[in-house]
Amino acid sequence: MLTISNLHAGVADKKILRGVNLQVNAGEVHAIMGPNGSGKSTLAGVLAGREAFEVTEGEVLYEGKNLLAMDPEERACEGLFLAFQYPVEIPGVTNNYFLRAALNSIRKHQGKPDLDAAEFLKLVKEKIKILHMPDDLLKRPVNEGFSGGEKKRNEIFQMAVLDPKLCVLDETDSGLDIDALRTVADGVNALRRPDRAMVVITHYQRLLQYIIPDRVHVLSGGRIAKSGGKELALELEAKGYDWVKETEPALAGA
Amino acid sequence: MTVDAKQPFLKAIDELERTPRSANFYALRQTARTQFRELPFPTPRTEDWRFTSVAPVLQTPFEPARQASELNAALLPPPSAPDAVRLTFVNGWFAPKLSTLGQLPARIAIGNLAHAKLEETLQLARIAAADEQVFTALNTALIHDGAFVLVPDHVVVDRPIEFLYLALPGGEHLAITPRTLIVTGKNSRATLVERYLAVAGADDSYFTNAVTEIALGPAAVLDHYKVQQESLHAFHIANTQVVLGAAANFTTHYIALGGNLVRNEVRVRFEGQNAEATVNGLYLAAGKQHLDSYTVIDHAVPNCASHELYKGVLADQAHGVFNGKIFVRQDAQKTDAKQTNKVLLLSDAATINTKPQLEIFADDVKCTHGATIGQLDADQVFYLQTRGIPAEQARRLLTYAFANDIVSRIKIEAIRDQLENVLVQRNL
Repeated sequence: MLTISNLHAGVADKKILRGVNLQVNAGEVHAIMGPNGSGKSTLAGVLAGREAFEVTEGEVLYEGKNLLAMDPEERACEGLFLAFQYPVEIPGVTNNYFLRAALNSIRKHQGKPDLDAAEFLKLVKEKIKILHMPDDLLKRPVNEGFSGGEKKRNEIFQMAVLDPKLCVLDETDSGLDIDALRTVADGVNALRRPDRAMVVITHYQRLLQYIIPDRVHVLSGGRIAKSGGKELALELEAKGYDWVKETEPALAGA
Repeated sequence: MTVDAKQPFLKAIDELERTPRSANFYALRQTARTQFRELPFPTPRTEDWRFTSVAPVLQTPFEPARQASELNAALLPPPSAPDAVRLTFVNGWFAPKLSTLGQLPARIAIGNLAHAKLEETLQLARIAAADEQVFTALNTALIHDGAFVLVPDHVVVDRPIEFLYLALPGGEHLAITPRTLIVTGKNSRATLVERYLAVAGADDSYFTNAVTEIALGPAAVLDHYKVQQESLHAFHIANTQVVLGAAANFTTHYIALGGNLVRNEVRVRFEGQNAEATVNGLYLAAGKQHLDSYTVIDHAVPNCASHELYKGVLADQAHGVFNGKIFVRQDAQKTDAKQTNKVLLLSDAATINTKPQLEIFADDVKCTHGATIGQLDADQVFYLQTRGIPAEQARRLLTYAFANDIVSRIKIEAIRDQLENVLVQRNL
């Protein structure tokens, strides 16, 4: 589904990603871990199409297509979803209006007719329950006045409504207490499907106790320094990121 | 230059005086003519007009509008509400066939000035005095027709009353002088909409010089709207002057969409204690439109509250001006006044001059004012894009969101819908 080859990217005069390679297949959940500054959020931003990041080398194929040539909205319409580390507040736009506009834009891209207000409401009411979102959510402006936990749940709620094929979760666990973390993880797990892939970016192993990954990758110094199964997360937790950094030259050469 | 610029107008006033017409208001017109002759036109050195030049208006040879020709009713916009009462004026002249009075409480006096009884127009030119504003003097010197409504004490009008001023220019440069008088009695309640609209396809320049006078009696409640949707070739200079009795509650929304060169003045004066005024505005300008909003809120007595919020969205090379004055007189203790102007600039070439002014002579008051100018937030645009919303639609949605805290306060659905359509569809 997603093939990242030798991806180099950065901002202005600073190189951040220095040759990332990653293959994610449908149905798989990949965790990308790494210390602060290792390039985790840059990778998420590049995948979603954030303008600030400049790709200098390499390619990203999404379902065989050149992802980097697409506008952010086209990526979304093709089924890519980024759950933001810092969801943006949009005062004056209700979740209802926003999500319906988004969903209908995606449906238009897929050649499907618009959902009318009633059909849309029926769809979202189901998803609201899954994420334990407050009932008045739809009437409230997007993320405005939401707590950190509510914002993160709202990201997953949007994901549930927009029904993407590839989900990139950028530090969705940051700032969550244990109950919120469970709710978010339950929501994500409910969305796991054989035809859907997930890339879960996190600093801590904690989230991966609830969202069990198929593969764990450690990003360090702008490239994948180590890959393994879910047990790699536990090993990292025990040994710390310095362990990866110390062994990095050998791994990079391997 | 000032003297020369006045000559065509003075000539027009005198010519109109010689044509057969209602004898109503002859004395008012003559007094105003003298005042008009004596008051100077604003220049770039006139402090309150620093950012708005009236030179283009004075350089155009305008002809006062005569009785308008008939107009196909199909050209009228839908009413403000299905059951709205509507008086329509074409080029400032009453058009009875395009008007519907519908069901109104029996005691209400409503109609056009040319046919008003003397006792129905006692307040005319008393609320908006012609001795200070040259354009008000000009309008008054040309008073011939217009709209009036008198809501008696304790009467509640349950449907909007709409005064529709249509411009139907053709070939010549018309000067149109709409005049509106609204007087509401003790404990009365009403909703009033003024709309200024060009008939579609009108692309000749014309000049609307409007004056609206509003007086609220004790504990009266009035919800007032002015929707300015002149053609993009029009000049629109208007003065809305309001006096509030004790415990009156006045709300006004000025919505500016049209016009080439527009100056809209709103003056509210508290004359009785415990009254409240909400003075809001929304101006949307694109191309080379110049929209100037000028407001004065005069706290002349104690214990009154005013809330003012003006928002502007400026695209292309549009120029916006906001000048908001709040006076708190020496006696006006316990005044609570808040004024805010927020502007969204959608292009690097758009400009805004904003000038909030507080002049406080009392010492026990709560007054705040502020102005913010910003652009669309790139992070918000990106966020919407990542959800599948095209960039252009995202920008419109965010523009709509910016304007929404004014739009959402509008209680008339038809106006709200119209604005939502403009905001979502128009290429601002």
